[in-house]
Amino acid sequence: MGYPYSHDQEVPIISKYLGDPEARTLEGWKARGGYQALEKALEISPEDVIEIVKDSGLRGRGGAGFPTGLKWSFMPKDKSRPHYLLCNADESEPGTFKDRELIRWVPHLLIEGCLIGAYAIGADHVYIYCRGEFFEATQVLARAVEDAYSAGFIGNNVMGSGKNIDLTVHVGAGAYICGEETGLMNSLEGRRGEPRVKPPFPAAVGAFGMPTTINNVETLCAVPPIVKNGGEWYRQWGTEKSPGTKLFCVSGHVNKPGNYELPLGFPLHKLIYEIAGGIPGDRSLKAVIPGGSSVPILSAQECENCELSYEGVEEAGSMLGCASVIVMDESTDIVHQVMRMAAFYAHESCGQCTPCREGTSWVTQILKRIEDGRGTEEDLTTLIDLTDQMVGTTICVLSDSVAAPVQSSIVKFKDEYVAMVRRGEKLGIT
Amino acid sequence: MAENTTLTIDGDKIAVPAGTTILQAAQSIGKEISHYCYHPGLSSPAMCRLCLVEVEGAPKLLPSCTTQVAQDQVVFTKSEKAQKMRTGVLEFYLANHPLDCPICDQSGECDLQDYVFAEGREHGRGHEPKRVLGRDDFGGDVLFYGDRCVMCTRCVRFMDEMEQNSLLAVVERGDRSVIDTFFESGLEEANWAGNVIDICPVGALVSKDFLHKARAWDLEHTPSICPNCSQGCNIDLHTRDNLVHRIKPRHNSEVNGHWICDYGRGNYEWLNRGDRVEAPMVRTTEQIEITSWNNAIESLAKCLEAKKGDVRAVVSPFWPNEDLFAVVNLLDVLGGGDVVYRSAKTEEELILPGFNGLARRRDLAPNVRGADLIGCSRVGDDYGRGGLEDVINHTGVILVLGDPLEEIPEDLEFKAETIVYLGAYISSVMNAADFILPVTTSIQQEGTFTNHNGRVQRLWPAVDILGAARPAWSVLGELTAILEGGHPSLSKVDQAFQALANRVSEYAGIAYEDLGDRGAQINDTISVMKD
Repeated sequence: MGYPYSHDQEVPIISKYLGDPEARTLEGWKARGGYQALEKALEISPEDVIEIVKDSGLRGRGGAGFPTGLKWSFMPKDKSRPHYLLCNADESEPGTFKDRELIRWVPHLLIEGCLIGAYAIGADHVYIYCRGEFFEATQVLARAVEDAYSAGFIGNNVMGSGKNIDLTVHVGAGAYICGEETGLMNSLEGRRGEPRVKPPFPAAVGAFGMPTTINNVETLCAVPPIVKNGGEWYRQWGTEKSPGTKLFCVSGHVNKPGNYELPLGFPLHKLIYEIAGGIPGDRSLKAVIPGGSSVPILSAQECENCELSYEGVEEAGSMLGCASVIVMDESTDIVHQVMRMAAFYAHESCGQCTPCREGTSWVTQILKRIEDGRGTEEDLTTLIDLTDQMVGTTICVLSDSVAAPVQSSIVKFKDEYVAMVRRGEKLGIT
Repeated sequence: MAENTTLTIDGDKIAVPAGTTILQAAQSIGKEISHYCYHPGLSSPAMCRLCLVEVEGAPKLLPSCTTQVAQDQVVFTKSEKAQKMRTGVLEFYLANHPLDCPICDQSGECDLQDYVFAEGREHGRGHEPKRVLGRDDFGGDVLFYGDRCVMCTRCVRFMDEMEQNSLLAVVERGDRSVIDTFFESGLEEANWAGNVIDICPVGALVSKDFLHKARAWDLEHTPSICPNCSQGCNIDLHTRDNLVHRIKPRHNSEVNGHWICDYGRGNYEWLNRGDRVEAPMVRTTEQIEITSWNNAIESLAKCLEAKKGDVRAVVSPFWPNEDLFAVVNLLDVLGGGDVVYRSAKTEEELILPGFNGLARRRDLAPNVRGADLIGCSRVGDDYGRGGLEDVINHTGVILVLGDPLEEIPEDLEFKAETIVYLGAYISSVMNAADFILPVTTSIQQEGTFTNHNGRVQRLWPAVDILGAARPAWSVLGELTAILEGGHPSLSKVDQAFQALANRVSEYAGIAYEDLGDRGAQINDTISVMKD
């Protein structure tokens, strides 16, 4: 069905019922084949469930693209301590709006995915950590969880299997950094939302100090169809290294922005010009951010032959991330856009690590100064240097996320920066 | 014996126990890796990002404070990559730092100064206005200069983990992060908050008491034992111009770790008391006259010779073991007599929950246990007063060491024939005294204190001796030698300690020179066994 726009080239597996109000209800969901995958999963062993997911080649949809089945298999087999499954619904990457739509329209798909995941890793409690600003989505989800509890899908003796799996919806307070898995755990525990040093990894010491697996909403939503239809079935879409389908959040200068579920490996050019209806006013393409604001910017030329798979986007010089495609046409002021992104990260930095705490705001201030016409060409060197010092030196990758757009834009759109500097020189205000 | 792991740091092959961190391993061979958030007494959040080192095979630089050593690991602390990164991190530290070293109390003992001097950039590249947070009173003795803060959170972790009273927290996030107290509550509610000043690697947390008093490089540091309670915390006395300016903790894992209490830290001004006895005095008929040591000791010896077996002594638990023992020893030679002491006692201990066995003890004197072991008996009330009826009514000789008998009225009529005052401070007892002998205090001489737990620990002279004062053990030793008929007198403090160890069984086997700067446990032959 798709929401708000759909296209016939889409492969609607998880997005089939987006925009269908009846799919939100338990009855409506059951009528659409809901909870059959859970029933099937409970009949086979947890190891077999993990095997199916491994076979499907499903990769984490939160940005890093780590193989889901493999991640599940890291959980210790010793069940003497409680295990937890966390669902990361703290979707806050600029340009990303897929998880919110999934929660709003198909909450039961997520719940089903969570339950299968919990069964597979031996978790007795699932926490869905929702972004603080997701008011409507959280309400829809909470209602669905209540219904699923009363129908016996969650709680004691799930579907008569003898398994006890509880599920709690936890609402964050609106911090981007709580979408980082260990920051999320700290926040869930009531601490400051600050990422933790790894190792230990969550599978050993996670939420409340217990073995924990954390998955993105979209990843967990993909699990029920995979379990229902098998791993091979999922591999009919996508590429060898990036199997299956993925929701692409297209925003920016396109005629039909929105979520589109497409097989991985779909050409970026086609996504912009066919699926998303092209650029308004037939203006020309300037740049694309293919995976959310924290990945390097691609120039129009680099977009030409870019395939939207994990390996394809990497080849083009960026990252697929969470597949949030931000399209920018010729009217875009790149320096301003990069400054806006840097300002976002400066605002959202948790402030633990020095390079990030000081670096993000310093970079933002320099960019603002350049925009004001008070920059110098030397500032560009400083920006590259500073962002260099911010890569790989911190606990999490937030500061790397500033480096990516800043560095790539200076390399690819240097003339725009230089023009700003020159304009300032002409006005005599540098 | 823990299993050893072999690794290479900057080309040096070393073996350390498994579980050691790279930072500690490097420290064990004298290589200091720059760090802020790591403190040996606290947890390691690995967030200052200054201790990152290059480890062969690791894709990223690793924080050496939390990364444990691994077999055959190859670590580079000074590789180009690591060095460049540290220079970069230091540049970020200075981005908002006010560089107000000329008016900063930390200057001279500041890690930021040291690190930037060693590895920082020569010139800054910042054109942006610096963030201004200003100054905040955290309560108690602690003043906060927000602009200087490097956000290492040692102070927050100290309050969380050691005092376990979370009065400090990080407020806001990103570059707006700031350490703060909660609403109306502040560090005045804490008993150990002064330690956050010590562990603050920069001048963000400073002592109000010490504010702008002295430059760090003008202070002399002398190891000592805190004289304010019987815990026996190891301290450094920081002195200038012959005055104690502050007390800082000195690490001793057996006694106080890295910490001392606010009570002990704040009570140092009495050490600088100026009302001192500076010359030996002897009473001739009605008048008391200044005389030489020789004359004073000889006439006292004569006087005592005549009155053997009739002595009462009052001593002070603020004086070292050697001095107290010298009194007991003298009384033995004279035929015995009671030695009493008085000491203030508070109602409760102030425990530091995060460190086992550390508390501000109830006894507010450093050598109460030492006095007990030597055979002195406690008299008086919990304010360290009274209990001297026997002494006042004594008719023979009274010997007072240290205790200025402050509550005794100036015109009190002692019944004693002879009163000997070996003291450091002017006292009303001097009105009645026949012999006034100036002695040094514990911060002017060598000697030992024995803490509540029976740990004997050494003292070193931190300030100059005033006037003609001498250590009491030396004065009394000389006196005893004369009374014993030419017995060689003590000339060094270790002999004085040896005399004590020979007589008091708990000290058996302990030699003064073996005490070092960490002390030894009484009744514990293992801790004093020589290899």
